[in-house]
Amino acid sequence: MNILEAPSEKLLAGIRKLLAEKNIATEEEIAERIRITDEASPARGAAMVARAWTDPEYKALMLRDGTMAAEAMGVPMRGLPPLGVLENTAELHNLVVCTLCSCYPRAVLGYPPFWFKSAAYRARAVRDPRAMLVEFGTTIPDDVKLEVVDSTADYRWMVLPRRPAGTEGWSVEQLAALVHEGDMIGVTIPHAP
Amino acid sequence: MLASGTTVRVKLDWPETRGPCHIRTPHYLRGHEGVVVRHLGDFPNPEALAFRRPAEILPLYHVRFPMGALWPDRHGDNTILVELYETWLEAA
Repeated sequence: MNILEAPSEKLLAGIRKLLAEKNIATEEEIAERIRITDEASPARGAAMVARAWTDPEYKALMLRDGTMAAEAMGVPMRGLPPLGVLENTAELHNLVVCTLCSCYPRAVLGYPPFWFKSAAYRARAVRDPRAMLVEFGTTIPDDVKLEVVDSTADYRWMVLPRRPAGTEGWSVEQLAALVHEGDMIGVTIPHAP
Repeated sequence: MLASGTTVRVKLDWPETRGPCHIRTPHYLRGHEGVVVRHLGDFPNPEALAFRRPAEILPLYHVRFPMGALWPDRHGDNTILVELYETWLEAA
């Protein structure tokens, strides 16, 4: 049978068998990696953001070394690309895209949303980002600089959004519940209800 | 090592016209000038790793480009920040 026409389930089983036979990866190691990948979700990034909003030392660590900041929250980062964190301020808004493929900080945000990989998002984010953001419901004021971070190589990038007004005295759990996936990509902005 | 603040030009090179290759430098930046923001670290060249070839360890930089220079029909002070390997950069 032509390997290109083989059923994918059979191919996968064959590759897993070969990986085990050649002592490259055991079934247990593959299962462990699948478990870690499935467990990752935007809740992890949101917990990091909420802690950064309430703990200046943690925020400094996060901006200096995102990988260490993720590990400090119990996120397994061993063997993964380094994580960089981009801070939104009153003067600067960051937007993350990967025009070449779909690089995404999966360890802290989980699987990417379907549109992140779309040709339309990847093209428009670098070409006409302000108009595209309006379609996400996000208007960046003219006096705020917009920086599009094209994730092309060995890093993975997440955005540290600004803490919404009206959340003084909130607990980290309450704050984390305000932070959504898009806020950490830069297509949306967290708001207090 | 390139210092932060150095103006560089992305090589106007199209390896994809010469045969199979793996490229981590977006086409829209080639031939354009940007400013080195910082050295991000040193990594094995992914363009060689993709073919399981011996990979040279290359400095990786964050380089900033004004969006208005990339797209003549755009204006404003939007910028694009991109990771680029030293082999793709030349003195501007």
